[in-house]
Parts: sequence; C-alpha cells; structure tokens
Amino acid sequence: MDENQMKQEVKPPPQVTGAETLGKHESMLSIILKKFFQNKLAVIGLIMLTIIISSAIFAPWLATHDPNATSTLDRLAPPSAENWLGADHLGRDIYSRMLYAGQMSLWVGFAAMLSATTIGVVVGSVAGYFGGWIDGVLMRVVDIIISFPSIFLLITIVSVFRPSPEMLIIVFAILSWTGTARIVRSEFLSLKKREFVLAAQTLGLPKRRIIFGHILPNAIGPVIVAATLAIGAFIITESTLSFLGLGISPPTATWGNMLSDSQDLTVFLTAWYYPLFPGLMIFITVLSFNFVGDGLRDALDPRVVEK
Amino acid sequence: MSEDTVLDVRHLKTSFFSKKTELPVVDDVSFSVKKGETLAIVGESGSGKSMTSLSIMRLVPSPNGKIVGGEVFFNGKDLVQQNDKTMYKVRGNDISMIFQEPMTSLNPVYTIGEQIREQLIYHQKISKREAHQIGIEMLQTVGFSRANDIMKDYPHRLSGGMRQRVMIAMALSNNPKLLIADEPTTALDVTVQAQILDLMRKLSKEYDSAIILITHDLGVVAELAERVVVMYGGQVVEEASIEDIFDDPLHPYTEGLLNSIPKIEGTQERLDSIPGTVPTPDNLPVGCNFVTRCPYAMEICKQEEPTLIDKDSSRKVRCYLHEEGVKNHGQQHRSS
Repeated sequence: MDENQMKQEVKPPPQVTGAETLGKHESMLSIILKKFFQNKLAVIGLIMLTIIISSAIFAPWLATHDPNATSTLDRLAPPSAENWLGADHLGRDIYSRMLYAGQMSLWVGFAAMLSATTIGVVVGSVAGYFGGWIDGVLMRVVDIIISFPSIFLLITIVSVFRPSPEMLIIVFAILSWTGTARIVRSEFLSLKKREFVLAAQTLGLPKRRIIFGHILPNAIGPVIVAATLAIGAFIITESTLSFLGLGISPPTATWGNMLSDSQDLTVFLTAWYYPLFPGLMIFITVLSFNFVGDGLRDALDPRVVEK
Repeated sequence: MSEDTVLDVRHLKTSFFSKKTELPVVDDVSFSVKKGETLAIVGESGSGKSMTSLSIMRLVPSPNGKIVGGEVFFNGKDLVQQNDKTMYKVRGNDISMIFQEPMTSLNPVYTIGEQIREQLIYHQKISKREAHQIGIEMLQTVGFSRANDIMKDYPHRLSGGMRQRVMIAMALSNNPKLLIADEPTTALDVTVQAQILDLMRKLSKEYDSAIILITHDLGVVAELAERVVVMYGGQVVEEASIEDIFDDPLHPYTEGLLNSIPKIEGTQERLDSIPGTVPTPDNLPVGCNFVTRCPYAMEICKQEEPTLIDKDSSRKVRCYLHEEGVKNHGQQHRSS
C-alpha cells in the first residue's frame, strides 16, 4: 500500500530518545531535496542548467558582439580573441549568437512546457475525478490528438502559419498536453478512491478544492518529472523544425537554425566550429534536463528509499 | 416528527445501476435519531450499513449509485431534495463522519494543522489564527498533550489510534448535530478501541451530538449505543432498545448474530454461526431476504416479503414469526 511505503520512506532513522518517540519535524520538501542531491548526475545536470539558463538570461551582458551584426571580413573566421568561437558564413559572432539563441530555445521550451502541463493537468484531473461520459469524451480527444503523427502535423501547421515563437509555443502546447493528461488521469483514478478523499467530501469541502487542493498535490510527482523531460523534448523539436527551415525564421538566432545555416559542404570542410557549438549546446541542455528529470523522479518516488 | 428528533430517515431506497439492471443496496430503510442519542446500525458486511450512511450524506458513489426514493429529514429539511450547495454546508458542519481506516483518511501531503484549519476556515469563515487556536483546543479535547507539535506533524508520523483521534477532533470541530461513525474501531487494536469508544461517549455528551454508530461488533454496540437497528440485505429487519436486543431478540437474524458471540459462562466447543453468506443485491431470494439462512423459514417466507411491523412503541421487526395470523404457527415451529 502507498501509505506504508510513504511511511517507510519518510520515517526518520530510529531514535533512542526514550519517551519522545517523534523526532524533529522533517518536511516533505527537505526529504525530497536530500534525495535529489544524493544523485550525482542530477546534481551535475542542475549545475549545467543553472549555467545555461543564467547565460541566456544575462546574454546582453555576456555577449561580445551584436548577434545580428554581419561583417564580410570575418566570414567563417576561426576562433580567435575577437570571435571566441569563430564567426558564421555572414561573419556574425557565433558565441554571441549562441547566447541569444539559448534565450529563444529555452523560452520556447519553458513556455510550451507550462502551457502543455497546465492543459494536461486540468483535463486529466477533471477526466479522472468525474469519470463517466466526461472522462470518455476527454480521453477520446486525447486519443485523436495522439493518433496524428505530430511531426507532420507540426510541419503542416508551421508551413501554413508564419512561425513566430508564440505560434510555435501554442502549437507545441496543443499537440503535447496529452501525455500529462493521461498521467494525471491515471493518478486520479486510484487516488479518488482513497479514504481521505471521502473524508474531505464528508467535511463538506467543494469539488474544486478536493480536486486541486487535495488530490492533485498527491499526484504532482509524476507531473513534475514529465514537465522537466518535456522541456528537453520541446527544445529538440524546435531545433528539428529550425533545422528543416520551418522553425523561428532568421535572423532571430536559435540553436536549431544555427545548425541549419551550417549545413553546407564548405562549412563542413573549413569551419568545424560553426555546427559544433550550437549542436553541443542542444546536446548538453537536453541531457541536463533529462538528468534532472530522472533525479526528480527518484526523489519524488516514495518507493525509492534514501541511501 | 417530534421536536428532539435530529434525523428522520423514511423509506430510503438507494440503488446501483449496471447496464440496465437496478440493484437495490438500501431498500426501504426507516429510522430516526433523537438529539444526543447513540443509535447503532448493525449487520454483516454487505448488508447496506455504509451505503445508508453515505445516502444520508448524499455521497453515494456516482455515476452508478443513486438515491431512488424516500426522505432523509434533518432538522426538518429533506436532504434528498437539497441542492449541492446546501449539502456542502450540511456536510462537516451539521453532519460529520469518521471512517474505518484512520490510516488512509488523512491526506498524506498536508500536516494535521493544515487539514484541521482548512475545514474550520471554510465552514466558520474565521481567520487562520483563530482556526489554529480552535484546532489546538480540539486536539487537546481528544487527548493530545502535545497538541502544538501534532499540528505540525504529517499524518504518517501518527499511529492508527492517534489518527482516529485526529479524525474525531476534525469531525467535532464544527460542533455537528450528528456524527456518523462508520466502524470507527475496526482497524484499531483492542486497548485503543476502548480509548476511542470512551472518547466518543464523553464527547457526545459534552457536545450534545447524536451518533450513528455503524458496526458489526456487538461488543461495541453494547458499550456505546442506546438503540439498535439491525440491517440485513439492505433492509431494516429489527429495531429495538439495547436491552431488548440483547435480552430478547425478535428476528431470527438478530438471534443468530447474538449466538455467534463467544460467551464467558459455560464451555462451548464451537461458536455458533449463521450458515451461508449475505446474498448480493443481484441475487436476493424471493420473499424474505433472510429465508435461505433462516432456521425458522416457513412456506410464506418463500413467497412474500414481510413488512416492518411495530411490535410495540419502541420495537419494530420484519418477520412473519411476529406478525398476527401467522404468529401461532411460527411460535409452534420455534418451540419444536
């Protein structure tokens, strides 16, 4: 049973203090943090993310050049004191462009994650709690959305509409809340049968409060994990679209369209640094999000006992 | 309905619907509870006790379950007819409930304090500070000396008995007129059971709350109740005062229940038991629901369903043995 596992997990080590059998008040949060920080990869991921996110936020101060300023003299210039990571085919500074590209990629990732998770949580909660025909209708909508091959749908939508960042976020959110909705629904199906829900009902608490105040906090663990992993997935998807030339349009830099611009035989042969750094950024960022997501999964799962 | 009646249930009928069949789980149940009184509802598992209490609270599991008939008068209002908004005010405020499983009836992600405060603030529209104060007082009332610490604790740090006391504190914190206790001691060990029963007896006096005690444990009934309703197969089969039930049970089912309690006097090789099990709602026999297990079953029992008759002013029974006309035949059968 869940409670018992939870009990096992949060129980402090046996204390020999005699009459006072209850130890200090250890909050749920401190236990979760403790478990998270025991996971080395997760901590590495968190550190990397902190660096990447702050470098994106502080891009205007960290950048050495205007990201969109071209210079014919510096075309495909190798890394030097002037252009730290070299320059691209239009002579723009790769280092500065990468910082600003990070801003755009992370903004799209976070915003899409927040919107998708919000929709997913609300739909999943309502479907799981009420069941019956409401559940039936909502879950068929989920099935319909999932049944579309999303990359083709994405390509179609972004080729019809001009892909602004906001447009991309909305499209991402509409296409990817379904996973969260299913997770939340399945949690609700089991949680709503628990006695504390009936107890809350007999205490006269309104439905909205029971759904979002009492059941949802018990189901939030898997949602947080899914959301963290989703950011990475959104960054990849945005890069994929940009790489195909369908993402956020130039000159706005994203890691994806920087890669796309470097698709050229001359560049491959002469300027290895041009595709390498944006590619590396995507790789490191997504990997870090996955590490952190895995760490959170273990930290939030009461079945994983702290070492 | 007299002045001091808190709850008056009349011909309550609750059914579950699957596909197109209707399964009555509570069938024509009537009883009333007076102010400050403790009424026990006794019966085996599946006899409709818990469904009766959930019907009173209007919390029958939807969408399959539904109250299909009858009235539940609480303070002169028929709860069956009330809208949801009124019911939110009744639940927790006028009628509270405690459950069988204290281990799972508190929300694991909130502290005791947060849970006590939330419903106090919601019902009484008071500030957080006031709610905290009332919470501490309630915890002290139910016997916690370190009430301040308990407020900060998560449910997993408390034992079953402690959690049940927290549940009682929460249930009584809005001073309800009626407390429904659904097998409150079943999951607790015997010494803790006694504490909880003592506490409930003390508090029902102090707060002048009526109690509906739902249980299958006749020991608990003898300890706490003043009147007893015996349920079988979704129906009330007997209603009597506590003395009458133990001294002179009228219905064969009540008799069977009493015979299956171990006795202190005399030696007994084997405990008596009632043969068979409670029929499921989709498999009720024709005639009396108890006919398949009844040692006194007569021809008429297999054909027609008996009605609940008034034996005298305080006793009711649903059995042909006690109905005029067939009574003599029954008595003969019984003595033979």
